[in-house]
Amino acid sequence: MKKRFSFFLVLLLALSTFLAACGGGKDNNNAQGGKSGEKPAEKKEQVLNLLESQEIPSLDSALATDQVSFIVLNNVMEGLYRLGKDNKPVPGIAESYEVSQDGKTYTFKLRQDAKWSNGDPVTAHDFEFAWKRVLDPKTKSEYAYIMYDIKNAEEANTGKVKLDQVGVKALDDYTLKVELKNPVPYFVGLTAFGTFMPQNEKFVKAQGEKYGLEANTTLYNGPFVLSKWKHEQGWVYTKNPNYWDKDNVKLEKVNVKVVKDTATAVNLYETKQVDRVGLTAEFVDKYKNDKNFHTKLDPSLYWLRMNTKKEPLNNVNARKAIAMAIDTQAMVDTLLNNGSIPAKFTVPKDFVTGPDGKDFRDVNGDLVNYNPDEAKKLWEQAKKELGKDKFTLELLNYDTDNAKKIGEYVKAQLEQNLPGLTINIKQQPFAQKLKLESNMQYDLSFSAWGPDYQDPMTFLQLWTSTSPHNETGWSNAEYDKLIKDAQTTLANDQQARWDAMLKAEKIVFEGMPIAPLYQRGAAYLQREYVKDFVTHTFGADYSLKWAYIE
Amino acid sequence: MARYTLQRFVYMIITLFIIATLTFFLMKLLPGSPLQNQEKLTPEQKALILKEYGLDKPVPVQYIQYLGNLLKGDLGVSFQYDNRPVAELISDRIGPSAQLGFQAIVFGTIVGLILGIVAAIRHNHWEDYTATVIAVLGASIPSFVLGGFLQYFIAVKLQWLPVAFWEGFKYTILPTLALSVGVIASIARFMRTEMLEVLSSDYILTARAKGISQAGVIIKHAIRNSLIPVITILGPMTVNLMTGTLVIEKLFAVPGLGEQFVRSIELNDYPVIMGTTLFYSALLILAVFIVDVLYGVVDPRIRLAGGKK
Repeated sequence: MKKRFSFFLVLLLALSTFLAACGGGKDNNNAQGGKSGEKPAEKKEQVLNLLESQEIPSLDSALATDQVSFIVLNNVMEGLYRLGKDNKPVPGIAESYEVSQDGKTYTFKLRQDAKWSNGDPVTAHDFEFAWKRVLDPKTKSEYAYIMYDIKNAEEANTGKVKLDQVGVKALDDYTLKVELKNPVPYFVGLTAFGTFMPQNEKFVKAQGEKYGLEANTTLYNGPFVLSKWKHEQGWVYTKNPNYWDKDNVKLEKVNVKVVKDTATAVNLYETKQVDRVGLTAEFVDKYKNDKNFHTKLDPSLYWLRMNTKKEPLNNVNARKAIAMAIDTQAMVDTLLNNGSIPAKFTVPKDFVTGPDGKDFRDVNGDLVNYNPDEAKKLWEQAKKELGKDKFTLELLNYDTDNAKKIGEYVKAQLEQNLPGLTINIKQQPFAQKLKLESNMQYDLSFSAWGPDYQDPMTFLQLWTSTSPHNETGWSNAEYDKLIKDAQTTLANDQQARWDAMLKAEKIVFEGMPIAPLYQRGAAYLQREYVKDFVTHTFGADYSLKWAYIE
Repeated sequence: MARYTLQRFVYMIITLFIIATLTFFLMKLLPGSPLQNQEKLTPEQKALILKEYGLDKPVPVQYIQYLGNLLKGDLGVSFQYDNRPVAELISDRIGPSAQLGFQAIVFGTIVGLILGIVAAIRHNHWEDYTATVIAVLGASIPSFVLGGFLQYFIAVKLQWLPVAFWEGFKYTILPTLALSVGVIASIARFMRTEMLEVLSSDYILTARAKGISQAGVIIKHAIRNSLIPVITILGPMTVNLMTGTLVIEKLFAVPGLGEQFVRSIELNDYPVIMGTTLFYSALLILAVFIVDVLYGVVDPRIRLAGGKK
């Protein structure tokens, strides 16, 4: 017995020495990091090293649905336009365009020096072919709906009319005519989106099922080509010598590796193997004061949907009370800690500017604020109006770690600030949650929305009574009319359209079918020698076209 | 032997068929659809796309179709990797998983056996305690903790080995170590227990009485007969490790099968779920078969046809 005890004592001692050594090690490492900070001198060669969180699912622009595919497409392909450094569309394969008086017909003039990576010229036919391929029901494109602004696009996609009736036509090799259903003021920006990329008909047909599955079964017309693609490991972008604007592309090579674990990614950054890495909340505190630490704001909004058909949520005062009872500032500061900001609106900040050049958010300001006293007052009033004193609500939630934290926080805040309210959290797998939400089998639901195009409408159309994504049961005739007008009669009068949308957003907060929580931010580390790495607020996350190493 | 093999083969096919059937129907009970962009699609759009995939048909019809394709050797195409054939998806990823699993098993078994044997021979001495502590730690420290630990100290701090990726033998060392600790722990424990039992049995006493040296007793008599339980666990363990491990593959950015399988379930990627399950089951059944054959080799008391005597 004695013997055994002394053995464990020795073991304990050994272990503590080891742990102590670990503790000391940390400082050591920082010192080391500082020393090797001189390294960039040899980094002058134009090579960038990046990570992505997953393998590329597809390089077929008609089938792509995910973040990584769209990022790669944005760097190896080019549409009529592309998003520039300030997130405004700049000419890509198109040199210019003309719009008809009624705003419904766009005629794009294509540049004649654009080539595919096999040397073929990029023509208007490539766009017509690609877009119709997206809309062909047989393609099973899950992003086909993004083209529904085009005349007969929806009808063709649902099999009601033939594809040749879709309003896109190559008038000659370098002229593309697009007819729209309604005037769409953001249409040019939309052509920068991945689904609108051109495809070389001959090549696509020759590859058949294999198109977009390998580096050599894909054809490129963008600033880079994929020179290597090892599945699940990574890929290499090399500068495209056939790209029309190659003189403005400075990077020679970009190595991308697939790393799914943030801790691993951070370790790779620490050992100087990658130049840019995204951080999750738990790493933010460690790097907050690092000179290479940055945050950016994404135009994705998170909110609580409220089922306005259920008591007490059928009472507007109860809904307002809920929206005002959650301290969202404390939530973003403590739980998210990554540059996210409290949302007090339903059109995100830094996303769109109006005809006057002002951010939508700057004009409309905050539309709901955390105010526990006011919330309590409204809540008591709602209780009186409904003649009940106690309510139990179910909070439908995603089953991710992050969502769990948010859910617990929301529950605590609501129960604390609104007496008599009990919240039960119900976590469901993603697909099941969507289903319950769309059947309105929920009371409160933590959900999110990201933009499909660069216009407030992508958020505002959600709350019309006919929107399939409304899912709150809330409807307001005046709101519906404002949105409809902005989409149709006012579509050619930018200022009037803008004013209608500004007014509409205010109406949402009079009815309060949602309690906005936060606008998502992202924290990342980027080496100081990486310049002009342009991030976007819509479509692909970033462009490498202008990036360089200094 | 041939007869036995044939019999086992028939059982294997039947087992696979039952697994395929169960998995298929259970999988169809998963809520949701395999569509990637479902939060943005309206119910009508979803229905249209599902119809194009043939997923609007009743589940039994889909099942018959699946079996038909399976007989033709067609595992279908993935949803999450738009139209990539499932067979290709598995064959692309099994290599690294298998190599890593194999290395971990070989290394883990050798070290585990040595620890177990030493512990048994030096029963209640310090060697025994050390081996026991290693086994307990190995069994109780999750591999991701150990993996993270190894990565941080050996790769980031000491910079002896690469942090992650899959670009040569050097890159496999840390994940192999992380994976093998569990193997070492189980093998050492089983080996020690069995060895102690064997060492106290009568025939060992006889052997000693005959004057055979200690080494001779251990090597010729004790070890061989103690291997049975080790072989029993080794089969399933090998398959388990060789078909991919979620955590270690993720941590060391190994392009393996482990994470892929989990993702396919999360995303309702039906053909990938089916393909991977069948592949995994076939390997497992094969491993069990090999274990049965090995029993006979190691211990002549166990004969394959023994039941008939």
